Amino acid sequence: MTVYSDNILDHFQFPRNKKKLIKKNVSFSVNNSSCGDSLTFEGHIENNVLTDIGFTGSGCAISMASASIISQKVKGLKIEEILNIKKEDVFLYLGIDLSINRVKCALLAWEGILKLVSEKK
Amino acid sequence: MDTFKNIKGDFPIFNSHINLVYADSASTTLKPQAVVKAINEYYTKYPANVHRGVYKIAETATERYEATRTTVAKFINAKTPNEVVFTYSATDGINMVSSGIEFLFQKDSEIVVTETEHHANFLPWQKLAKLTNSKLQVIKYIKGKGLDIFISDKEKTVNLKKYVSSKTKILAISTVSNVIGDINPVKEIIYEAKKINPNILVLVDACQSISSEKIDVSELNCDFLVFSSHKIFGPTGCGVLFGKGKILNSMKPYRVGGGSIKAVSEFSTEFLDAPYRFESGTPPIASVIGLGSALEYVSGLNFKEVKKHNSRLSTAFIAGLKSCFDNKVSIYSLGETGIVAFSHSKIHAHDLAQLLAEKNICVRAGHHCAMPLHRALKVEATLRASFSIYNNMSDVEKILSALKEAEVFFKVN
Repeated sequence: MTVYSDNILDHFQFPRNKKKLIKKNVSFSVNNSSCGDSLTFEGHIENNVLTDIGFTGSGCAISMASASIISQKVKGLKIEEILNIKKEDVFLYLGIDLSINRVKCALLAWEGILKLVSEKK
Repeated sequence: MDTFKNIKGDFPIFNSHINLVYADSASTTLKPQAVVKAINEYYTKYPANVHRGVYKIAETATERYEATRTTVAKFINAKTPNEVVFTYSATDGINMVSSGIEFLFQKDSEIVVTETEHHANFLPWQKLAKLTNSKLQVIKYIKGKGLDIFISDKEKTVNLKKYVSSKTKILAISTVSNVIGDINPVKEIIYEAKKINPNILVLVDACQSISSEKIDVSELNCDFLVFSSHKIFGPTGCGVLFGKGKILNSMKPYRVGGGSIKAVSEFSTEFLDAPYRFESGTPPIASVIGLGSALEYVSGLNFKEVKKHNSRLSTAFIAGLKSCFDNKVSIYSLGETGIVAFSHSKIHAHDLAQLLAEKNICVRAGHHCAMPLHRALKVEATLRASFSIYNNMSDVEKILSALKEAEVFFKVN
C-alpha cells in the first residue's frame, strides 16, 4: 500500500500555512540531517493561544505534508492542548501506515511545533 | 549479455522474493546459500567457543575460525595470518588503528583523510586529531574533477604535496567512494605518500571494492587495510583488519578483556601478540566462519568479470537516467564501479526510494554516512543504486521505469 494517499499528496503539492509570518513572537527550526529535511516554524502566541502559524523549508513529501497537516490542527489551540499532542495523534492526522524508517519524516514537524510553543512557556 | 546469468540461484533471498530488485549492495551484499549453510553448521554441529575448550567441538570451532584467518591472509596476500585481525566491523578495525597509533603523535602531527570518506573512515581521525591536538588535513573533493590530488581531470596522476608532509602520521583513504563509486588509485597514492614521507602510515578502507577488485596488500604496500564481511557476501557482525606485523604489535588494544592477554596481575597486564591482543571477548565465531565460506564462494568468480559487469550496469543506468530525465537529474557518478548516486531536482530522494520500494526495488536515499561529501556536492540527499553480481540489465530497466512512473505520480514534467 502506498504511503502517498490523496490527502498526503494534496498537502504536499498545496501546503497550507507554508508562509512567513509578519506578526510573530516565536520561531523554531528543526532538521533531519540523515534525510536532508529542514523546517522552520514561526508562530504568534496571544493569551496562551497559538493564533497563527507558518512554516518554510524543504524535504520529502511526508515531512512537508505532515507540517501542513499538523499546522492546520494546532492553529487556534491553547499551548497546553498542543503540548498534549502525542505522536500517535500525528499518525492519526496523517492517516497512513508508515514504515519504521519513514516515521522520523512524519514526526519532524511535530517535534518542531512542540518546541515552537514551548519557547513561550 | 549476462555474465552471471544463473547466479541468482545461489542466493536464497530470491526463492522467497522472486521479483526483488536488490540494488543496495554498497550498503550490504546478499548472502549465498553456502554462507548460510556454514553459519547453520556452526550453530547446529559445533557451537562451542574458540581457543578455550579441549573437547572435540571446541577444537572444531577453533580450527574453522583459524582456517578463515589463513583464507583471509591468502585472499589479500598478507605475509602471515598473524597480520589478520578479526573485528566486529570495518568501523571497529579503523577505531582499533586510530586509538592504537596515538602513541606516535606529537604536538605538530598531522592526519590526512579525504572529503569523500564514509564516516567510518572520517570520525575516528577527527577524534584522534582532537585528542592529540593534531591537524586534520582533508583532501577536498571538487565536483566534476574529483579529489584535489589529481593533476588533471583526464588522468588520475597523483600529486599529494599540498596535503602530505613530514608531519603526517597517517593517511586514511578508501579504495572506492561509498556514495559516488569513484575509484581511488590507492597504489599510486600510497607510493607518492611514502615518497614524500617514508614514515607515513597508510590505512586503506577496502569495503566498497572488496567484492569486485582483487586486493593485494603486499603490492599496495599499505600498513593497514580494513573491510567488512557483509560487503563480500558474508555475514554481518565481523570485519577484517590487516596490519603489518611490526606496527600491529606496537599498538595497544583499545578494547581490552578476556582472551587477549599473556598475564594479568592486580595492577598490570601483558598482552598477547597480534592478532590475539585485539580479539578480546568471545568473537563473532559464526560470522568469521561464514566469512571464510564467502571467500571460498568468491574464489569461484573472476573479479575482472565482476568489475566489468558492475560497471556495465552502472554505465547503462547512467545513460538511461540521462536520456529519460535530461537535466532534471544530477548524476554524481562516472560508472567506474557498480555504484551510481544521483538526485532529482523536483522529487526528494526519500520519496523516490519509497516509490521504488513499493515496487520491490531496493535502493538507498540519504547522505549514506558521508556528510562532508554531500556538502561538497551541494546536495542534502542523494539516491544511490548499487549493482552487484546478482543484478542484470532487466533490473536497470525496472529501476528506470519505476523512476519514470514516480515523475508521473508527482506530476513532474
